[in-house]
Amino acid sequence: MKVKEIVKVLDAKLVCGQDQVDYSIEVAFASDLMSDVLTLKNDHVLLITGLANMQTIRTAEMSDIRCIIFARNKKATAEMIELALENEMVVLECRYSVFKTCGLLFGAGVKPIF
Amino acid sequence: MAERMQFEYNVDGGNFTRAGYASSEIKKILKKLNVDLAVIKRTVVASYEGEVNIVAHAYSGTIYVDIDTERIRIRLQDEGPGIPDIDKAMEEGFSTASSQVREMGFGAGMGLPNMKKNTDRMEITSEVGKGTTVEIEIVLK
Repeated sequence: MKVKEIVKVLDAKLVCGQDQVDYSIEVAFASDLMSDVLTLKNDHVLLITGLANMQTIRTAEMSDIRCIIFARNKKATAEMIELALENEMVVLECRYSVFKTCGLLFGAGVKPIF
Repeated sequence: MAERMQFEYNVDGGNFTRAGYASSEIKKILKKLNVDLAVIKRTVVASYEGEVNIVAHAYSGTIYVDIDTERIRIRLQDEGPGIPDIDKAMEEGFSTASSQVREMGFGAGMGLPNMKKNTDRMEITSEVGKGTTVEIEIVLK
């Protein structure tokens, strides 16, 4: 699913990566535990999380994750956005809970990793 | 590429804002060297886990990187409390991390086991009250 479709499904705010709305993700993973994210082997993963701090962006950087959704109204700080831009990431903010975010994306056809 | 390249990075204990900086630099270097992307990911996930461990547990540390045509070696050396029982520390789920570390999304007792999974060799030496050294190696090609 393309970033622009995700934005529509979640009524999300595109915080950075406006030039990458056609980037396509294959699977999604939801976690507030970065240690779990770091065990993933897949490529083109969409990360859904309610943990908004610098280590969320760093974890995505190390894991080659290029698209992050901050759910339950969590906001990315200026510092986080700067690091995300450096790594050519797409960052979205959405007001729904992680559960609802996952439900909507699953319903729209996004696949889980396992 | 040169036959051998060496780099080192200082890591501040407790500084979570900066945690990951060194691993990010390592990733940039490996990308420039055109190392296979899957190998880069394994390497930087392992070094990042180790870097977070230094920030989470130690007072200060240094990450030494040594790359040649055959392998990548990374030595993460810290001055800190040390690990009293390394076998216990290697058990998945065992952690002594603070609540601050857990709030950052870590401290689930998965770091060291994940470092081992992502590398071809890992060795831990530690002295209680002095510090810990973790050496990892990733074989190229």
